[in-house]
Amino acid sequence: MNTSFDFEKPIADLQQQVEKVKQVAEKTKVDMSATLKELQDKIQKTKLDIYNNLTGWQKVQISRHPERPYTLQYIEMICDDFIEMHGDRTVKDDKAIVGGFGTIAGQSVMIIGHQKGVNTKMRQYRNFGMANPEGYRKALRLMKLAEKFNKPVITFIDTPGAFPGLEAEERGQGEAIARNLLEMSVLNVPIICIIVGEGASGGALGIGIGDKVYMLEHTWYSVISPESCSSILWRSWDFKEQAAECLKLTADNMYHNKLIDGIIKEPLGGAHQDPKAMAETIKSQLLTDLSELKAKKIEKLIDERIEKFCSMGVVVED
Amino acid sequence: MAWFKRSTKGIFTSTEDKKEAPDGVWNKCPNCKKALHYSEQVEHKYVCQYCNYHLRVGSKEYFEIFFDDNAFAELFGNLTSGDPLNFTDTKSYKDRLVESYKKTGLKDAIRAAHGKIDGQDLVIACMDFNFIGGSMGSVVGEKIARSIDYCIEHKIPFLMISKSGGARMMEAAFSLMQMAKTSAKLALLSKAKIPYISLLTDPTTGGVTASYAMLGDINIAEPGALIGFAGPRVIKETIKKDLPKGFQTSEFVLEHGFLDFIVDRREIKNKLSTFIRIMNN
Repeated sequence: MNTSFDFEKPIADLQQQVEKVKQVAEKTKVDMSATLKELQDKIQKTKLDIYNNLTGWQKVQISRHPERPYTLQYIEMICDDFIEMHGDRTVKDDKAIVGGFGTIAGQSVMIIGHQKGVNTKMRQYRNFGMANPEGYRKALRLMKLAEKFNKPVITFIDTPGAFPGLEAEERGQGEAIARNLLEMSVLNVPIICIIVGEGASGGALGIGIGDKVYMLEHTWYSVISPESCSSILWRSWDFKEQAAECLKLTADNMYHNKLIDGIIKEPLGGAHQDPKAMAETIKSQLLTDLSELKAKKIEKLIDERIEKFCSMGVVVED
Repeated sequence: MAWFKRSTKGIFTSTEDKKEAPDGVWNKCPNCKKALHYSEQVEHKYVCQYCNYHLRVGSKEYFEIFFDDNAFAELFGNLTSGDPLNFTDTKSYKDRLVESYKKTGLKDAIRAAHGKIDGQDLVIACMDFNFIGGSMGSVVGEKIARSIDYCIEHKIPFLMISKSGGARMMEAAFSLMQMAKTSAKLALLSKAKIPYISLLTDPTTGGVTASYAMLGDINIAEPGALIGFAGPRVIKETIKKDLPKGFQTSEFVLEHGFLDFIVDRREIKNKLSTFIRIMNN
Protein backbone atom coordinates (compact mmCIF):
# COMPACT_ATOMS: atom_id res chain seq x y z
CA MET A 1 0.00 0.00 0.00
CA ASN A 2 1.33 3.40 -0.89
CA THR A 3 -0.53 6.11 0.94
CA SER A 4 -0.04 9.61 -0.37
CA PHE A 5 -1.78 12.88 0.37
CA ASP A 6 -3.46 15.44 -1.87
CA PHE A 7 -0.62 17.88 -1.45
CA GLU A 8 1.81 15.24 -2.71
CA LYS A 9 0.00 14.95 -6.05
CA PRO A 10 2.49 17.10 -8.03
CA ILE A 11 5.21 14.63 -7.03
CA ALA A 12 3.12 11.63 -8.01
CA ASP A 13 2.35 13.26 -11.37
CA LEU A 14 6.03 13.82 -12.09
CA GLN A 15 6.84 10.27 -11.08
CA GLN A 16 4.21 9.07 -13.55
CA GLN A 17 5.88 11.12 -16.25
CA VAL A 18 9.18 9.49 -15.42
CA GLU A 19 7.59 6.07 -15.84
CA LYS A 20 6.15 7.09 -19.19
CA VAL A 21 9.44 8.44 -20.45
CA LYS A 22 11.16 5.22 -19.36
CA GLN A 23 8.61 3.15 -21.28
CA VAL A 24 9.01 5.27 -24.38
CA ALA A 25 12.77 5.01 -24.12
CA GLU A 26 12.57 1.26 -23.89
CA LYS A 27 10.22 0.94 -26.83
CA THR A 28 11.96 3.30 -29.20
CA LYS A 29 15.51 2.71 -27.95
CA VAL A 30 16.05 6.43 -28.02
CA ASP A 31 18.34 7.88 -25.37
CA MET A 32 16.10 9.86 -23.04
CA SER A 33 18.54 10.19 -20.14
CA ALA A 34 18.65 13.97 -20.45
CA THR A 35 14.87 14.23 -20.14
CA LEU A 36 14.91 11.78 -17.26
CA LYS A 37 17.58 13.73 -15.45
CA GLU A 38 15.59 16.89 -15.93
CA LEU A 39 12.47 15.24 -14.53
CA GLN A 40 14.34 13.80 -11.55
CA ASP A 41 15.71 17.24 -10.76
CA LYS A 42 12.24 18.63 -11.03
CA ILE A 43 10.91 15.97 -8.65
CA GLN A 44 13.60 16.81 -6.14
CA LYS A 45 12.84 20.51 -6.41
CA THR A 46 9.10 19.93 -6.07
CA LYS A 47 9.66 17.74 -3.04
CA LEU A 48 11.79 20.35 -1.36
CA ASP A 49 9.20 22.94 -2.23
CA ILE A 50 6.34 20.93 -0.78
CA TYR A 51 7.97 19.44 2.31
CA ASN A 52 9.63 22.65 3.40
CA ASN A 53 6.37 24.57 3.24
CA LEU A 54 3.90 22.21 4.87
CA THR A 55 0.93 23.72 6.68
CA GLY A 56 0.02 22.65 10.19
CA TRP A 57 -2.70 20.34 8.97
CA GLN A 58 -0.42 18.74 6.36
CA LYS A 59 2.10 17.97 9.09
CA VAL A 60 -0.69 16.41 11.16
CA GLN A 61 -1.47 14.19 8.19
CA ILE A 62 2.16 13.13 7.74
CA SER A 63 2.48 12.44 11.48
CA ARG A 64 -0.36 9.93 11.08
CA HIS A 65 0.97 8.25 7.95
CA PRO A 66 0.25 4.52 8.39
CA GLU A 67 3.74 3.54 7.27
CA ARG A 68 5.56 5.76 9.76
CA PRO A 69 7.81 3.81 12.10
CA TYR A 70 6.49 3.27 15.64
CA THR A 71 8.32 2.77 18.93
CA LEU A 72 9.16 -0.93 18.64
CA GLN A 73 10.51 -0.45 15.12
CA TYR A 74 12.75 2.38 16.30
CA ILE A 75 13.92 0.27 19.22
CA GLU A 76 14.83 -2.53 16.82
CA MET A 77 16.83 -0.16 14.64
CA ILE A 78 18.49 1.80 17.46
CA CYS A 79 19.22 -0.78 20.17
CA ASP A 80 21.84 -3.51 20.26
CA ASP A 81 19.78 -5.41 22.82
CA PHE A 82 16.30 -4.93 24.14
CA ILE A 83 14.21 -6.82 26.67
CA GLU A 84 10.55 -5.84 26.69
CA MET A 85 8.83 -5.76 30.06
CA HIS A 86 5.12 -5.96 30.73
CA GLY A 87 2.44 -5.03 33.21
CA ASP A 88 1.73 -2.39 35.82
CA ARG A 89 1.68 -4.96 38.68
CA THR A 90 -1.82 -3.83 39.58
CA VAL A 91 -4.38 -4.38 36.85
CA LYS A 92 -2.98 -5.62 33.57
CA ASP A 93 -0.58 -5.08 30.70
CA ASP A 94 -1.47 -2.14 28.48
CA LYS A 95 -0.61 -2.82 24.86
CA ALA A 96 -0.63 0.86 23.87
CA ILE A 97 2.53 1.60 25.86
CA VAL A 98 5.61 -0.60 25.59
CA GLY A 99 8.88 -0.47 27.46
CA GLY A 100 11.98 -2.24 28.64
CA PHE A 101 15.72 -2.12 29.21
CA GLY A 102 18.04 -1.99 26.26
CA THR A 103 21.44 -0.81 25.14
CA ILE A 104 22.32 1.89 22.63
CA ALA A 105 25.90 1.72 21.42
CA GLY A 106 26.74 -0.17 24.58
CA GLN A 107 24.95 2.18 27.00
CA SER A 108 22.14 0.76 29.11
CA VAL A 109 18.89 2.71 29.00
CA MET A 110 15.20 2.30 29.75
CA ILE A 111 13.05 2.91 26.69
CA ILE A 112 9.32 3.55 26.95
CA GLY A 113 6.91 4.57 24.22
CA HIS A 114 3.42 4.58 22.80
CA GLN A 115 2.86 1.79 20.33
CA LYS A 116 0.46 1.89 17.40
CA GLY A 117 -0.41 -1.11 15.26
CA VAL A 118 0.84 -1.70 11.75
CA ASN A 119 -2.35 -3.25 10.35
CA THR A 120 -6.03 -3.21 11.23
CA LYS A 121 -5.80 -6.15 13.61
CA MET A 122 -2.73 -4.79 15.36
CA ARG A 123 -4.17 -1.30 15.51
CA GLN A 124 -7.05 -2.70 17.53
CA TYR A 125 -4.68 -4.76 19.66
CA ARG A 126 -2.67 -1.61 20.41
CA ASN A 127 -5.86 0.41 20.94
CA PHE A 128 -4.63 2.89 18.29
CA GLY A 129 -1.87 4.01 20.64
CA MET A 130 -4.38 5.28 23.20
CA ALA A 131 -3.23 4.17 26.64
CA ASN A 132 -5.34 3.31 29.65
CA PRO A 133 -4.26 4.20 33.20
CA GLU A 134 -2.38 0.91 33.50
CA GLY A 135 -0.23 2.00 30.55
CA TYR A 136 0.88 5.13 32.37
CA ARG A 137 1.39 3.11 35.55
CA LYS A 138 3.47 0.55 33.68
CA ALA A 139 5.55 3.44 32.33
CA LEU A 140 6.01 4.79 35.86
CA ARG A 141 6.96 1.36 37.21
CA LEU A 142 9.62 1.05 34.54
CA MET A 143 10.91 4.57 35.18
CA LYS A 144 11.21 3.81 38.89
CA LEU A 145 13.10 0.66 37.98
CA ALA A 146 15.43 2.71 35.79
CA GLU A 147 15.92 5.16 38.66
CA LYS A 148 16.76 2.33 41.04
CA PHE A 149 19.49 1.01 38.75
CA ASN A 150 20.57 4.46 37.61
CA LYS A 151 19.77 4.06 33.91
CA PRO A 152 18.65 7.03 31.78
CA VAL A 153 15.08 7.00 30.47
CA ILE A 154 14.13 7.57 26.84
CA THR A 155 10.51 7.95 25.79
CA PHE A 156 8.94 7.85 22.32
CA ILE A 157 5.65 9.72 22.13
CA ASP A 158 3.03 8.95 19.49
CA THR A 159 -0.58 9.01 20.62
CA PRO A 160 -3.89 10.51 19.53
CA GLY A 161 -4.64 10.90 23.25
CA ALA A 162 -5.19 8.96 26.45
CA PHE A 163 -8.10 6.56 25.97
CA PRO A 164 -11.46 8.13 26.88
CA GLY A 165 -13.19 4.96 28.06
CA LEU A 166 -15.40 3.83 30.89
CA GLU A 167 -12.82 1.57 32.54
CA ALA A 168 -10.15 4.23 32.06
CA GLU A 169 -12.22 6.58 34.20
CA GLU A 170 -12.93 3.88 36.79
CA ARG A 171 -9.24 3.20 37.16
CA GLY A 172 -8.29 6.89 37.35
CA GLN A 173 -6.93 8.04 34.01
CA GLY A 174 -6.47 11.54 35.41
CA GLU A 175 -4.64 10.34 38.50
CA ALA A 176 -2.35 8.08 36.48
CA ILE A 177 -1.23 10.90 34.18
CA ALA A 178 -0.94 13.40 37.05
CA ARG A 179 1.24 10.99 39.06
CA ASN A 180 3.59 10.56 36.10
CA LEU A 181 3.97 14.33 35.68
CA LEU A 182 4.92 14.70 39.33
CA GLU A 183 7.23 11.70 39.47
CA MET A 184 8.99 12.43 36.18
CA SER A 185 9.74 15.99 37.19
CA VAL A 186 11.88 14.71 40.09
CA LEU A 187 13.09 11.36 38.69
CA ASN A 188 16.72 10.83 39.67
CA VAL A 189 17.99 9.89 36.20
CA PRO A 190 18.26 11.80 32.91
CA ILE A 191 15.13 11.71 30.73
CA ILE A 192 14.99 12.30 26.98
CA CYS A 193 11.59 12.50 25.24
CA ILE A 194 10.97 12.43 21.51
CA ILE A 195 7.65 13.04 19.81
CA VAL A 196 7.83 10.68 16.84
CA GLY A 197 4.25 11.06 15.60
CA GLU A 198 1.24 12.55 17.33
CA GLY A 199 1.60 14.39 20.60
CA ALA A 200 -1.95 14.77 21.80
CA SER A 201 -2.48 16.47 25.09
CA GLY A 202 -2.22 14.79 28.49
CA GLY A 203 -1.85 11.41 26.83
CA ALA A 204 1.44 12.57 25.35
CA LEU A 205 2.61 14.65 28.31
CA GLY A 206 2.04 11.63 30.60
CA ILE A 207 5.41 10.27 29.42
CA GLY A 208 6.71 13.61 28.20
CA ILE A 209 8.53 15.35 31.07
CA GLY A 210 12.22 15.31 30.24
CA ASP A 211 15.56 17.09 30.42
CA LYS A 212 15.42 17.14 26.63
CA VAL A 213 12.14 17.13 24.72
CA TYR A 214 12.38 16.85 20.94
CA MET A 215 9.92 16.72 18.10
CA LEU A 216 10.61 15.04 14.78
CA GLU A 217 10.23 17.55 11.96
CA HIS A 218 6.78 16.48 10.76
CA THR A 219 5.02 15.79 14.04
CA TRP A 220 2.56 17.77 16.11
CA TYR A 221 2.18 18.44 19.81
CA SER A 222 -0.65 20.34 21.46
CA VAL A 223 -3.37 20.43 24.04
CA ILE A 224 -5.99 18.97 21.71
CA SER A 225 -6.21 17.49 18.22
CA PRO A 226 -7.21 19.95 15.48
CA GLU A 227 -10.40 17.97 14.82
CA SER A 228 -11.59 18.12 18.43
CA CYS A 229 -10.57 21.77 18.67
CA SER A 230 -12.65 22.52 15.59
CA SER A 231 -15.65 20.64 16.97
CA ILE A 232 -15.50 22.50 20.28
CA LEU A 233 -14.65 26.05 19.22
CA TRP A 234 -16.35 26.12 15.81
CA ARG A 235 -18.99 23.53 16.69
CA SER A 236 -18.23 21.68 13.47
CA TRP A 237 -15.61 19.21 12.21
CA ASP A 238 -14.93 21.28 9.10
CA PHE A 239 -12.45 23.76 10.51
CA LYS A 240 -9.63 21.35 11.30
CA GLU A 241 -7.17 23.04 8.90
CA GLN A 242 -7.87 26.39 10.51
CA ALA A 243 -7.68 24.89 14.01
CA ALA A 244 -4.33 23.30 13.16
CA GLU A 245 -2.99 26.75 12.21
CA CYS A 246 -4.40 28.43 15.33
CA LEU A 247 -3.01 25.81 17.71
CA LYS A 248 0.56 26.42 16.48
CA LEU A 249 1.23 22.75 16.90
CA THR A 250 4.17 22.15 14.52
CA ALA A 251 7.72 21.50 15.64
CA ASP A 252 8.79 24.93 14.36
CA ASN A 253 6.05 26.70 16.31
CA MET A 254 6.73 24.71 19.46
CA TYR A 255 10.46 25.39 19.28
CA HIS A 256 9.86 29.07 18.59
CA ASN A 257 7.60 29.25 21.66
CA LYS A 258 10.33 27.55 23.74
CA LEU A 259 8.06 24.63 24.63
CA ILE A 260 10.47 22.00 23.27
CA ASP A 261 14.26 21.78 23.26
CA GLY A 262 14.86 20.94 19.63
CA ILE A 263 13.72 19.56 16.30
CA ILE A 264 15.09 16.38 14.77
CA LYS A 265 15.16 16.52 10.98
CA GLU A 266 13.31 13.83 9.04
CA PRO A 267 14.30 12.29 5.71
CA LEU A 268 12.80 14.19 2.77
CA GLY A 269 9.07 13.47 2.65
CA GLY A 270 8.87 12.11 6.19
CA ALA A 271 10.22 9.36 8.43
CA HIS A 272 8.32 6.66 6.54
CA GLN A 273 10.27 7.39 3.33
CA ASP A 274 13.45 6.15 4.96
CA PRO A 275 12.98 4.67 8.45
CA LYS A 276 16.61 3.54 8.66
CA ALA A 277 17.96 7.02 8.08
CA MET A 278 15.43 8.39 10.58
CA ALA A 279 16.55 5.88 13.21
CA GLU A 280 20.21 6.78 12.58
CA THR A 281 19.49 10.48 13.10
CA ILE A 282 17.60 9.75 16.31
CA LYS A 283 20.35 7.47 17.54
CA SER A 284 23.08 10.03 17.03
CA GLN A 285 20.97 12.70 18.78
CA LEU A 286 20.40 10.32 21.71
CA LEU A 287 24.11 9.53 22.01
CA THR A 288 25.01 13.21 22.05
CA ASP A 289 22.45 13.94 24.74
CA LEU A 290 23.20 10.88 26.85
CA SER A 291 26.84 11.86 27.21
CA GLU A 292 25.89 15.47 27.96
CA LEU A 293 23.22 14.58 30.53
CA LYS A 294 25.15 11.79 32.21
CA ALA A 295 28.04 14.18 32.83
CA LYS A 296 25.83 16.53 34.84
CA LYS A 297 25.10 16.29 38.55
CA ILE A 298 21.63 14.82 38.94
CA GLU A 299 20.51 17.44 41.48
CA LYS A 300 21.39 20.17 39.03
CA LEU A 301 19.65 18.30 36.22
CA ILE A 302 16.42 18.03 38.22
CA ASP A 303 16.54 21.71 39.22
CA GLU A 304 16.96 22.68 35.58
CA ARG A 305 14.21 20.30 34.49
CA ILE A 306 11.74 21.81 36.96
CA GLU A 307 12.87 25.33 36.14
CA LYS A 308 12.38 24.70 32.42
CA PHE A 309 8.76 23.59 32.75
CA CYS A 310 8.01 26.27 35.33
CA SER A 311 9.13 29.01 32.96
CA MET A 312 6.58 27.95 30.32
CA GLY A 313 3.57 30.22 29.95
CA VAL A 314 2.89 33.83 29.10
CA VAL A 315 1.37 36.12 31.71
CA VAL A 316 1.04 39.87 31.91
CA GLU A 317 1.96 41.52 35.18
CA ASP A 318 0.65 45.00 35.84
CA MET B 1 -64.41 23.53 29.36
CA ALA B 2 -62.05 25.61 31.41
CA TRP B 3 -62.57 25.73 35.15
CA PHE B 4 -61.59 29.33 35.42
CA LYS B 5 -62.51 31.98 33.02
CA ARG B 6 -60.60 35.17 32.48
CA SER B 7 -63.17 37.93 32.82
CA THR B 8 -61.09 40.71 31.32
CA LYS B 9 -58.46 40.16 28.70
CA GLY B 10 -54.90 41.45 28.63
CA ILE B 11 -52.45 42.65 31.24
CA PHE B 12 -53.09 46.16 32.42
CA THR B 13 -50.12 46.84 34.71
CA SER B 14 -47.85 49.31 32.96
CA THR B 15 -44.17 48.45 32.72
CA GLU B 16 -43.16 51.13 35.24
CA ASP B 17 -45.51 49.77 37.88
CA LYS B 18 -44.31 46.21 37.58
CA LYS B 19 -42.59 44.99 40.71
CA GLU B 20 -39.45 43.09 39.82
CA ALA B 21 -37.18 41.30 42.22
CA PRO B 22 -33.66 42.73 41.98
CA ASP B 23 -31.18 40.41 40.27
CA GLY B 24 -29.48 37.94 42.54
CA VAL B 25 -31.94 38.08 45.43
CA TRP B 26 -33.73 34.95 44.38
CA ASN B 27 -32.11 31.96 42.79
CA LYS B 28 -33.63 28.72 41.61
CA CYS B 29 -32.08 25.45 42.69
CA PRO B 30 -31.11 23.78 39.39
CA ASN B 31 -31.85 20.39 40.92
CA CYS B 32 -35.18 20.65 42.76
CA LYS B 33 -36.27 23.95 41.14
CA LYS B 34 -37.28 25.48 44.45
CA ALA B 35 -36.69 29.18 44.94
CA LEU B 36 -33.83 30.10 47.25
CA HIS B 37 -33.51 33.53 48.81
CA TYR B 38 -30.08 35.12 48.87
CA SER B 39 -29.95 35.29 52.66
CA GLU B 40 -30.82 31.59 52.83
CA GLN B 41 -28.08 30.78 50.35
CA VAL B 42 -25.48 32.58 52.43
CA GLU B 43 -26.75 30.94 55.60
CA HIS B 44 -26.55 27.48 54.04
CA LYS B 45 -23.19 28.09 52.34
CA TYR B 46 -24.82 28.02 48.92
CA VAL B 47 -26.27 24.58 49.40
CA CYS B 48 -29.96 24.09 48.65
CA GLN B 49 -31.66 23.54 52.00
CA TYR B 50 -34.32 21.38 50.39
CA CYS B 51 -32.30 18.88 48.35
CA ASN B 52 -28.67 19.48 49.46
CA TYR B 53 -27.66 20.39 45.94
CA HIS B 54 -24.35 22.29 46.00
CA LEU B 55 -24.76 25.40 43.88
CA ARG B 56 -21.83 26.37 41.67
CA VAL B 57 -20.07 29.26 43.32
CA GLY B 58 -16.74 31.01 42.80
CA SER B 59 -13.70 32.20 44.69
CA LYS B 60 -15.59 35.03 46.42
CA GLU B 61 -17.97 32.58 48.08
CA TYR B 62 -15.32 29.98 48.88
CA PHE B 63 -13.07 32.56 50.55
CA GLU B 64 -16.08 33.67 52.57
CA ILE B 65 -16.81 30.07 53.56
CA PHE B 66 -13.25 29.24 54.61
CA PHE B 67 -11.50 32.33 55.92
CA ASP B 68 -12.23 33.58 59.43
CA ASP B 69 -14.32 36.78 59.23
CA ASN B 70 -13.82 36.70 55.45
CA ALA B 71 -10.41 38.29 56.07
CA PHE B 72 -7.63 37.44 53.66
CA ALA B 73 -4.80 38.94 51.63
CA GLU B 74 -5.13 38.25 47.94
CA LEU B 75 -1.95 36.94 46.32
CA PHE B 76 -0.63 37.66 42.83
CA GLY B 77 -3.79 39.56 41.91
CA ASN B 78 -1.93 41.45 39.22
CA LEU B 79 -1.57 38.57 36.75
CA THR B 80 -3.59 38.54 33.53
CA SER B 81 -3.45 36.44 30.37
CA GLY B 82 -1.28 37.29 27.42
CA ASP B 83 -2.29 36.06 23.99
CA PRO B 84 0.92 34.31 22.96
CA LEU B 85 -0.56 32.60 19.92
CA ASN B 86 -2.75 35.44 18.68
CA PHE B 87 -5.57 32.92 18.77
CA THR B 88 -8.79 33.53 16.85
CA ASP B 89 -11.58 31.04 16.36
CA THR B 90 -15.08 32.39 15.87
CA LYS B 91 -13.98 35.23 18.14
CA SER B 92 -10.52 36.46 19.01
CA TYR B 93 -9.08 35.34 22.34
CA LYS B 94 -8.42 38.98 23.23
CA ASP B 95 -12.11 39.80 22.80
CA ARG B 96 -13.11 36.76 24.82
CA LEU B 97 -10.86 37.92 27.63
CA VAL B 98 -12.24 41.45 27.62
CA GLU B 99 -15.77 40.07 27.58
CA SER B 100 -14.99 37.82 30.53
CA TYR B 101 -13.40 40.67 32.51
CA LYS B 102 -16.60 42.64 32.05
CA LYS B 103 -18.95 39.76 32.76
CA THR B 104 -17.24 38.43 35.86
CA GLY B 105 -15.16 41.30 37.25
CA LEU B 106 -12.36 38.75 37.55
CA LYS B 107 -8.88 38.83 36.04
CA ASP B 108 -8.71 35.15 35.20
CA ALA B 109 -10.16 31.78 36.17
CA ILE B 110 -8.36 31.66 39.50
CA ARG B 111 -7.73 33.71 42.64
CA ALA B 112 -5.27 32.96 45.41
CA ALA B 113 -5.32 34.26 48.96
CA HIS B 114 -3.67 33.88 52.35
CA GLY B 115 -5.90 33.91 55.41
CA LYS B 116 -6.77 32.02 58.56
CA ILE B 117 -9.04 29.06 59.12
CA ASP B 118 -9.98 28.79 62.81
CA GLY B 119 -6.85 30.76 63.59
CA GLN B 120 -4.50 28.60 61.49
CA ASP B 121 -2.72 29.89 58.42
CA LEU B 122 -3.91 28.61 55.05
CA VAL B 123 -3.30 29.55 51.43
CA ILE B 124 -6.20 28.88 49.09
CA ALA B 125 -6.12 28.96 45.31
CA CYS B 126 -9.66 28.78 43.99
CA MET B 127 -10.87 28.50 40.42
CA ASP B 128 -13.76 30.49 38.96
CA PHE B 129 -15.88 28.56 36.50
CA ASN B 130 -17.54 31.71 35.15
CA PHE B 131 -14.30 32.84 33.57
CA ILE B 132 -14.07 30.95 30.21
CA GLY B 133 -15.30 27.72 31.79
CA GLY B 134 -12.68 27.83 34.53
CA SER B 135 -10.19 26.88 31.87
CA MET B 136 -6.53 26.48 32.79
CA GLY B 137 -4.20 28.79 30.91
CA SER B 138 -0.88 30.36 31.80
CA VAL B 139 -2.35 32.56 34.54
CA VAL B 140 -3.94 29.62 36.34
CA GLY B 141 -0.70 27.63 36.16
CA GLU B 142 1.44 30.58 37.21
CA LYS B 143 -0.75 31.54 40.17
CA ILE B 144 -0.76 27.97 41.44
CA ALA B 145 3.01 27.74 40.99
CA ARG B 146 3.58 31.01 42.85
CA SER B 147 1.13 30.05 45.59
CA ILE B 148 3.09 26.84 46.14
CA ASP B 149 6.35 28.81 46.31
CA TYR B 150 4.67 31.09 48.85
CA CYS B 151 3.54 28.08 50.91
CA ILE B 152 7.03 26.59 50.88
CA GLU B 153 8.60 29.90 51.88
CA HIS B 154 6.17 30.55 54.72
CA LYS B 155 5.51 26.90 55.66
CA ILE B 156 1.74 27.17 55.22
CA PRO B 157 -0.60 24.37 54.11
CA PHE B 158 -2.09 24.71 50.63
CA LEU B 159 -5.72 24.19 49.63
CA MET B 160 -6.51 24.01 45.94
CA ILE B 161 -10.16 24.32 44.95
CA SER B 162 -10.60 22.98 41.41
CA LYS B 163 -13.58 23.84 39.24
CA SER B 164 -12.68 23.63 35.61
CA GLY B 165 -13.49 22.15 32.22
CA GLY B 166 -9.78 21.57 31.61
CA ALA B 167 -7.03 23.27 29.66
CA ARG B 168 -7.66 26.55 27.84
CA MET B 169 -7.57 25.82 24.13
CA MET B 170 -6.77 29.40 23.19
CA GLU B 171 -3.36 29.03 24.76
CA ALA B 172 -2.88 25.57 23.21
CA ALA B 173 0.44 23.99 24.17
CA PHE B 174 1.11 26.74 26.71
CA SER B 175 -1.94 25.48 28.62
CA LEU B 176 -0.76 21.90 28.31
CA MET B 177 2.56 22.79 29.91
CA GLN B 178 0.76 24.27 32.93
CA MET B 179 0.01 20.65 33.86
CA ALA B 180 3.74 19.96 33.93
CA LYS B 181 4.49 23.19 35.76
CA THR B 182 1.97 22.72 38.57
CA SER B 183 2.86 19.05 39.03
CA ALA B 184 6.56 19.84 39.25
CA LYS B 185 5.88 22.52 41.87
CA LEU B 186 3.74 20.08 43.83
CA ALA B 187 6.67 17.67 43.89
CA LEU B 188 8.67 20.43 45.61
CA LEU B 189 5.83 21.11 48.06
CA SER B 190 5.74 17.42 48.85
CA LYS B 191 9.51 17.39 49.43
CA ALA B 192 9.08 20.29 51.86
CA LYS B 193 6.51 18.14 53.71
CA ILE B 194 3.83 20.78 53.61
CA PRO B 195 0.25 19.47 53.50
CA TYR B 196 -1.57 19.83 50.20
CA ILE B 197 -5.33 19.47 50.17
CA SER B 198 -7.07 19.16 46.81
CA LEU B 199 -10.79 19.93 46.84
CA LEU B 200 -12.60 18.91 43.67
CA THR B 201 -15.87 20.68 42.98
CA ASP B 202 -18.40 20.55 40.18
CA PRO B 203 -17.01 20.18 37.53
CA THR B 204 -13.37 19.06 37.53
CA THR B 205 -12.31 17.48 34.25
CA GLY B 206 -9.57 17.25 31.63
CA GLY B 207 -6.08 18.54 32.21
CA VAL B 208 -6.95 19.81 35.68
CA THR B 209 -7.91 16.31 36.82
CA ALA B 210 -4.79 14.98 35.10
CA SER B 211 -2.51 17.26 37.09
CA TYR B 212 -2.88 19.15 40.37
CA ALA B 213 -6.45 18.13 41.25
CA MET B 214 -5.51 14.46 41.68
CA LEU B 215 -2.19 15.04 43.45
CA GLY B 216 -3.35 16.05 46.93
CA ASP B 217 -2.00 14.51 50.10
CA ILE B 218 -5.71 14.22 50.53
CA ASN B 219 -8.14 14.49 47.63
CA ILE B 220 -11.64 15.48 48.71
CA ALA B 221 -14.79 16.50 46.90
CA GLU B 222 -18.16 18.11 47.33
CA PRO B 223 -21.13 15.75 46.88
CA GLY B 224 -22.50 15.16 43.42
CA ALA B 225 -19.67 16.89 41.53
CA LEU B 226 -18.71 15.79 38.02
CA ILE B 227 -15.13 14.54 38.24
CA GLY B 228 -13.29 12.84 35.42
CA PHE B 229 -10.56 12.98 32.81
CA ALA B 230 -12.53 12.67 29.58
CA GLY B 231 -15.90 14.39 29.35
CA PRO B 232 -18.99 12.17 29.49
CA ARG B 233 -20.02 13.07 25.92
CA VAL B 234 -16.64 12.03 24.51
CA ILE B 235 -16.71 8.73 26.40
CA LYS B 236 -20.24 8.02 25.20
CA GLU B 237 -19.20 8.64 21.60
CA THR B 238 -16.14 6.42 22.01
CA ILE B 239 -17.76 3.37 23.56
CA LYS B 240 -21.10 3.88 21.76
CA LYS B 241 -23.04 2.90 24.86
CA ASP B 242 -25.04 4.78 27.45
CA LEU B 243 -23.11 5.61 30.58
CA PRO B 244 -24.20 4.05 33.87
CA LYS B 245 -26.10 6.24 36.29
CA GLY B 246 -23.86 8.15 38.66
CA PHE B 247 -20.83 7.69 36.39
CA GLN B 248 -18.06 10.24 37.10
CA THR B 249 -19.75 11.69 40.18
CA SER B 250 -17.83 12.34 43.41
CA GLU B 251 -19.45 9.23 44.88
CA PHE B 252 -18.26 7.13 41.91
CA VAL B 253 -14.72 8.48 42.20
CA LEU B 254 -14.69 7.85 45.97
CA GLU B 255 -15.90 4.30 45.39
CA HIS B 256 -13.05 3.65 42.96
CA GLY B 257 -10.48 4.83 45.44
CA PHE B 258 -9.38 8.22 44.18
CA LEU B 259 -10.87 10.39 46.92
CA ASP B 260 -10.31 10.37 50.66
CA PHE B 261 -13.79 11.60 51.49
CA ILE B 262 -16.75 13.61 50.32
CA VAL B 263 -17.75 16.52 52.47
CA ASP B 264 -20.83 18.73 52.63
CA ARG B 265 -19.98 22.38 52.06
CA ARG B 266 -21.67 23.32 55.34
CA GLU B 267 -19.19 21.16 57.29
CA ILE B 268 -16.13 21.60 55.16
CA LYS B 269 -14.46 24.39 57.12
CA ASN B 270 -14.75 22.46 60.34
CA LYS B 271 -13.40 19.27 58.86
CA LEU B 272 -10.45 20.87 57.09
CA SER B 273 -9.58 22.93 60.11
CA THR B 274 -9.43 19.71 62.13
CA PHE B 275 -7.25 18.09 59.47
CA ILE B 276 -4.84 21.02 59.46
CA ARG B 277 -4.72 21.02 63.26
CA ILE B 278 -3.81 17.34 63.26
CA MET B 279 -1.10 17.93 60.66
CA ASN B 280 0.32 20.97 62.46
CA ASN B 281 0.35 19.29 65.85
